[in-house]
Amino acid sequence: MSTLKILRDLFRYNGEFAIGLVLVLVVLAVAVCSFFSPYPPMDVYVVPPDVPPSWEYPLGTTSRGQDVFWQLTFAIRNTLLFGIVVAVLSRIISLAVGLISGYKGGWVDRVLMSINDTFVVIPLFPILVLFYFIMRDQMSWVMLAVITALLGWAYDARLIRSIAMSLRTREFTRQAVFSGMGTGKIVLQEHLPFVLPIVFSTTMNNINWSIGIEVTLSVLGFTDINTPTIGGMIYWANQHTALVSGIWWWITFPVVLVIMLFIGLFLLAISMNEYIDPRSRLSRLGGQA
Amino acid sequence: MRAYLTYLSKRLVQFAVVVFVGINITYLVTHMTPINPVEQSISAATAYGATSPEAIEMMRQSLRQLYGLEGSPWEQYVSFWKRVLVGDFGPSLSAFPTPVSQLILRALPWTVGLLLVSTLLTWFLGNLLGGLAGYYRNSRILKAFGVLSMGLHPIPYYVVAFVLLIIFGFLWPVLPISGGATMASDRSNTPAFMLDVAVHSILPVLSLMAVGIGGWFMGMRSLVSNIVTEDYVVYAELAGVKRSKILQSYVMRNALGPQVTGLALQLGAIFNGAIITEQVFGYPGVGSLLISAVHAGDYSLVLGITTVSIVAVSATVLLIDLLYPLIDPRVEAR
Repeated sequence: MSTLKILRDLFRYNGEFAIGLVLVLVVLAVAVCSFFSPYPPMDVYVVPPDVPPSWEYPLGTTSRGQDVFWQLTFAIRNTLLFGIVVAVLSRIISLAVGLISGYKGGWVDRVLMSINDTFVVIPLFPILVLFYFIMRDQMSWVMLAVITALLGWAYDARLIRSIAMSLRTREFTRQAVFSGMGTGKIVLQEHLPFVLPIVFSTTMNNINWSIGIEVTLSVLGFTDINTPTIGGMIYWANQHTALVSGIWWWITFPVVLVIMLFIGLFLLAISMNEYIDPRSRLSRLGGQA
Repeated sequence: MRAYLTYLSKRLVQFAVVVFVGINITYLVTHMTPINPVEQSISAATAYGATSPEAIEMMRQSLRQLYGLEGSPWEQYVSFWKRVLVGDFGPSLSAFPTPVSQLILRALPWTVGLLLVSTLLTWFLGNLLGGLAGYYRNSRILKAFGVLSMGLHPIPYYVVAFVLLIIFGFLWPVLPISGGATMASDRSNTPAFMLDVAVHSILPVLSLMAVGIGGWFMGMRSLVSNIVTEDYVVYAELAGVKRSKILQSYVMRNALGPQVTGLALQLGAIFNGAIITEQVFGYPGVGSLLISAVHAGDYSLVLGITTVSIVAVSATVLLIDLLYPLIDPRVEAR
């Protein structure tokens, strides 16, 4: 079945997938709007401050004289990009660790999984805060993405390992070994395709996780606050005590948009998981599992 | 017994590895910096108000040791570990000369209490409702609850806490939104004070539960709906065992094992959530202490809290692991 046809079927028969896809597409559309913004993202006092939502400014303006809508387009674009960069980087680590650990077994597996479990267990937030504390003004967007990726791969590596372990005992693997394929080649050519679907669904969850980290850190002011992000917007709104002074639109719209993104990605992830697991797909169609 | 001992020693080794790697990460993070952190911290800490030269010298020395800038790299590493192992992080820079350990000990009970109450409630309710939802699959109420908790689940702790703060702080101000207890209250263990603490903890606990409950609910529901199709459950049903008994002793009990392991794996993330929630509600625990330490430029306090959190979370995970055989006696199988 072609990928397009799968997507069409998912959209038609799986409500969660349909809602998730629509939510994510709306958020993406807002992000794309940033390319048509009449104002540069960092300029302040380009519009009259504190104007409530109106025809001229559909989502109102901030106390810093920025149009909330256009500001939001840049913020969601950067936030999304952050999530995707972290997800891609951490996918590479978790694929490498998971596939090698699952295929090699033995002491390689034990060492890698000990390290893996450490990253699962230790509280990462204090470490990120410590990192910000040391870097202070040198903290950049790219650096935060790299460090978040370095901390956020472990949970999925275990998942990938469990699949790789079952692949190891399959006959095609044995055949590949007997025909003289090396470890790297077997893992990349024979095993990688089997884990890709699950990697895809964990990507969504990982994007959610890393965006959550980014929003939290920047709301506290622990990131480069000069790059507009969703957390950065809430940070500036808090700095201007927007809620107390009744500028609710400055806070509400970023929060609503990012919640849409979280729920959208999460629904995509679980519907994809369900698609991968044939038992639950069967029960959806009314069969016996 | 033999099997339990093997299991025990494996867990202990894993605990040691977690603490070792975790503390090494903090060491690495603090040593990657290109700037001189000691002088920066001192200037940040002494920016407000005068501090005596002896105090500054004392700060400089303990900072140099904490940052590990004295002696050869190996000596630096060893002296860092020595300080960590005895839990001596020197005096706090922002609350000089109170020791860091004392500040952390003062904040710890609040965090532990908050975490204990919210985690136990979340885990218990999530599993109970999830189990019921998996067993009585046609219940409308449970389906609605599933949709609600699933919608809340992916939203990060900060955003949920923040939204609750807006609702109960600005739109419908009925609950206290800040602090662990009313300011000038009598802090002895009177019932009135207990009640005050309990009322203040409602919003933080509620926001932690709102995020957490969906994961347990969904996990338990899918575990239970897999188990109910097993032969032994069908057999029990045919043999006329009461449905409530099947659910309790045949289905839930078997699904509990993975959920306990899940709790151990999630604990770090739950702890992160508690830190952030505390900050939103101004709860006087470790999280608020950490954030204010960063703002005050208090390096020894930040490092102390990071280290204590790593040790405390991994020790709790160890405890859960050690209690695991009570729920699932087949430890050898793991």
